[in-house]
Amino acid sequence: MKTIFEKSVPGKCAISLAPCDVPAYDLDASLLRETPLNLPEVSEVEVVRHYTALSKRAYGVDDGFYPLGSCTMKYNPKLNEEVAALPGFTGIHPLQCECTVQGALKAMHTLSRKLAAITGMDEVTLQPAAGAHGEYTALQLIRAYHLDRGDTGRDKIIVPDSAHGTNPASAAMNGYTVVNIPSAADGCVDLDALRSAVGPDTAALMLTNPNTVGIFDKNIAKIAQIVHDAGGLLYYDGANLNAIMGTIRPGDMGYDVVHLNLHKTFSTPHGGGGPGSGPVGCKAALAKYLPGPVVTEKDGKYHLTSVGGKSIGCVKTFYGNFLVMLRALAYIEVLGKEGIKLASQLAVLNANYMMARLKDKFPTYSSDICMHEFVVSCDKIKEEIGVTALDFAKAMIDRGMHPPTIYFPLIVHEALMFEPTETESKETLDWACDTVLDLVAEAYKDPAAFKQHPRKMPIGRPDEVTAARKPVLIYKA
Amino acid sequence: MSTYTPHTSAEIQAMLDVVGVKSLEQLYQGLESLFVKDMDLPAGKSQQEVARYFENLAAENKVFGSIFLGAGAYQHYIPPVVKSLLSREEFVTAYTPYQAEMSQGILQGIFEFQTMIAELTGMQVSNASLYDGSTALADGILMLGERKKNKVLVSEGIHPRSLEVVKTYLVPQGIQIEKIALDENGRTSLADLKAKLTPDVFAVAVAQPNFFGVIEDAAAIGEAVKAAGAGYIMQVEPFSCAMLKTPFACGADIAVGEGQPLGMPLSFGGPYLGFVGAREKLVRKLTGRIVGKTSDANGNDAYVLTLQAREQHIRREKAASSICSNQALCALTATIYMATAGKTGMKEVASQCVSKAHYLAAEMVKIPGFRLKYSAEFFNEFVTVTDTPADEIIRKCAEKNILAGLKLSGHEILWCATEVNTKADMDQLLAVLKEVK
Amino acid sequence: MSKYKYLKSHEWYCEECGKVGISDFAQHELGDIVFVELPEVGDEVEAGKAFGNVESVKAVSELYSPVSGKVVEVNEELQSAPELVNKDAYAAWMIKVEPSEAPKDLLSEEEYKKLTAE
Repeated sequence: MKTIFEKSVPGKCAISLAPCDVPAYDLDASLLRETPLNLPEVSEVEVVRHYTALSKRAYGVDDGFYPLGSCTMKYNPKLNEEVAALPGFTGIHPLQCECTVQGALKAMHTLSRKLAAITGMDEVTLQPAAGAHGEYTALQLIRAYHLDRGDTGRDKIIVPDSAHGTNPASAAMNGYTVVNIPSAADGCVDLDALRSAVGPDTAALMLTNPNTVGIFDKNIAKIAQIVHDAGGLLYYDGANLNAIMGTIRPGDMGYDVVHLNLHKTFSTPHGGGGPGSGPVGCKAALAKYLPGPVVTEKDGKYHLTSVGGKSIGCVKTFYGNFLVMLRALAYIEVLGKEGIKLASQLAVLNANYMMARLKDKFPTYSSDICMHEFVVSCDKIKEEIGVTALDFAKAMIDRGMHPPTIYFPLIVHEALMFEPTETESKETLDWACDTVLDLVAEAYKDPAAFKQHPRKMPIGRPDEVTAARKPVLIYKA
Repeated sequence: MSTYTPHTSAEIQAMLDVVGVKSLEQLYQGLESLFVKDMDLPAGKSQQEVARYFENLAAENKVFGSIFLGAGAYQHYIPPVVKSLLSREEFVTAYTPYQAEMSQGILQGIFEFQTMIAELTGMQVSNASLYDGSTALADGILMLGERKKNKVLVSEGIHPRSLEVVKTYLVPQGIQIEKIALDENGRTSLADLKAKLTPDVFAVAVAQPNFFGVIEDAAAIGEAVKAAGAGYIMQVEPFSCAMLKTPFACGADIAVGEGQPLGMPLSFGGPYLGFVGAREKLVRKLTGRIVGKTSDANGNDAYVLTLQAREQHIRREKAASSICSNQALCALTATIYMATAGKTGMKEVASQCVSKAHYLAAEMVKIPGFRLKYSAEFFNEFVTVTDTPADEIIRKCAEKNILAGLKLSGHEILWCATEVNTKADMDQLLAVLKEVK
Repeated sequence: MSKYKYLKSHEWYCEECGKVGISDFAQHELGDIVFVELPEVGDEVEAGKAFGNVESVKAVSELYSPVSGKVVEVNEELQSAPELVNKDAYAAWMIKVEPSEAPKDLLSEEEYKKLTAE
């Protein structure tokens, strides 16, 4: 499909501005742009057709099943969109007097209290823009905590080899050395490996629970004790919170600090790659290091309050992705205490149901009950007929479903990681399982032809090697 | 209560049977000691009640009739096509386009965004977006990092919140930050810059226009920076790029900025959009997602996420940034806005911003007790010094449904005007200012 | 006898010419190489320590130096044509090192072959 630039015709313009009603003021010529500005020149209807056509070459949760593991692609309620579009929210300036934005501050305050209740934490900041940004912020809190106590030798962050890549990357951005520890055979933390890794140089252990193979690490109390005994902190990667909401809380498991992904667990749409929102919750001992300002309440009035001299500073220009916060709050308000709990229970049920239906054809990573997601391996199939996890993913596309996460976690060969989420019906899951099982049959029938998927999309498999060797990142006429 | 879950109780039972457990609770068997005792959350509500709750909250906010406050967040006209196209669910409810074949629309949209940012800034490469203008500045500075140097010079004309973010990001990496003073005209002092450009400086950061609205002599700064062998990063306002000398022409290696003015409402500070343009030699230093154009086996044009080996999911602790989700939908907003405004519209908005801000400033200084703080040329913002306390002015304006500029100090205000501020609105503001005693 | 000696991490070293590269086995395992990041002329490298990395589409691998010394030459050609490593891993040398001491504990061609055959 042509780019918008190729549709440009000199002289066209789709914006309709009021004429300038003050005298034109010309800046000195020496200040002016000399380079031509080659932005598209198209009419309104052409803009509409072009981007509508692009939208039809995309696939969202509203289009169908989207079991992308670790991404919690649950249904994004329409109510959330409606409330986030209210002019009383979209029309307010971040720097107007707090007495004129009481509704916005109240929403933020309410959301942060509810997230604190759900995670078992004492304080929550809503400032970080995404999950990885939240991780980054949480590690800053950890760093500030140790330094403030004069504990200057803690320069290592321990990360299991099954962790999301953002964990070690966020740690390194904070100047930490990353210590990778191998997982035990069941994907859980190897307690001996952890014991030998911790020491007076340990700043924290970053751990998601359930872990990235979808298994709840039952040793969490022991893990917390080992880390705490060594003087380190325990950090919760909230990417997998959707498994346990309302039943188990990170705060009660011994975690000191947690980041959340409102765009995963709390149903806000992912927008094709953001904006997300990555609130960070922490125990009281870390609160004085939170990024400022925070929203506080006194006698029914809400204030943007500076955290004080020990704050890590701020991580964003203003207060965070406000409209995303509103959507998450709308979600929590609708579900309430019981709905939140049920959402996680059904997420776990859906995953176990799918796993039960698929496990005869694919070795699963664990035979036990899984949490909200599960990992199967195509290793055996690859050995037998050369068909890979990637081939299965591409074949699923032709059957009208988004593939699961592939090749993650790194500790499982030829991994397919399914996270169906609670908003999928039994009928959808049955259809998806039938489809996947049918694909297995198709693969064995003609492995070579199977590798030609997808065939029904606007493009076949793209040449990623050339894309990376000779990057073409902008359109050139 | 609505739960957004589609299961009937009979289905739940049937599924539990297949899984081999008796109840939903039993899915968490063995974890009972960890069960939450009491979670302080109220019961769920109907969608209708929640809608009303939010309408009431929204009503507790004041949306001003006219807004003369910028300082990092700007009110501009948003054409209806932008909102309409942005509500298409395929854009809204998709994840990051990992599966290229079913995500060509999103990938092509990002490719167009990268092209537009490169065009606007004059740069050669760009990415899929960063969190906001401040984190983009911090990331950009880090992209210029060199092994043997550890100091960055940052102009005092940078937005104070951006400077805060830069500090938060750079300090843990052991990088020193030194400020360059402004001269009495409000521009970054070339003398101070040259004096501080020691061999340990790897980057110099300047805003264009700067926080006080002043247009910097960015090319002269560029020359000085180049001569000292450091990298040069400019934080730019997008409309100003349509009118002023491009960052590339000023010698910048990287241009970053806040993309909110390009079609995003004020929204109490977010979601906004960080953008970055860079010279080609820095392409593998860029953080975040990048889309590239390639082809499939049949020779069709195809777009993919590329240069992924830079990123956290592959490079893990050796990645330059942990960014994963960015501001994709905001980038698409900016893309559709720029396609709609096009070459002429972008220039027209820029030119109206300049004309309106200059009209407002010229009229303000006619009021006794009002003068401009800086004499240098400005874009769409300027600072006044008044005999009357700033608080008094802001309060009087608010009474008349006008959001005045930002109070910088007891008697200083940073004002902003854009194409949405009509002459009538400005004259009304001026009338209020004349009354303030 | 082959002029190449090896590290277990698959880098070869040519004692005659001082050049360093990766083995054919390694390029095959890595798949299509899309980028090679190398040090600058004048940089010091240390035996057993990373001096750069190679990227394929979905992986990045460190390059370890078989020898300590100063980098006297870098194969600039690989910057624009990383595919040369896939084409001929021995012709596509990466850096040339002026050793500060004789390399120790490198594998002979035979030993390396035995290792990769396992």
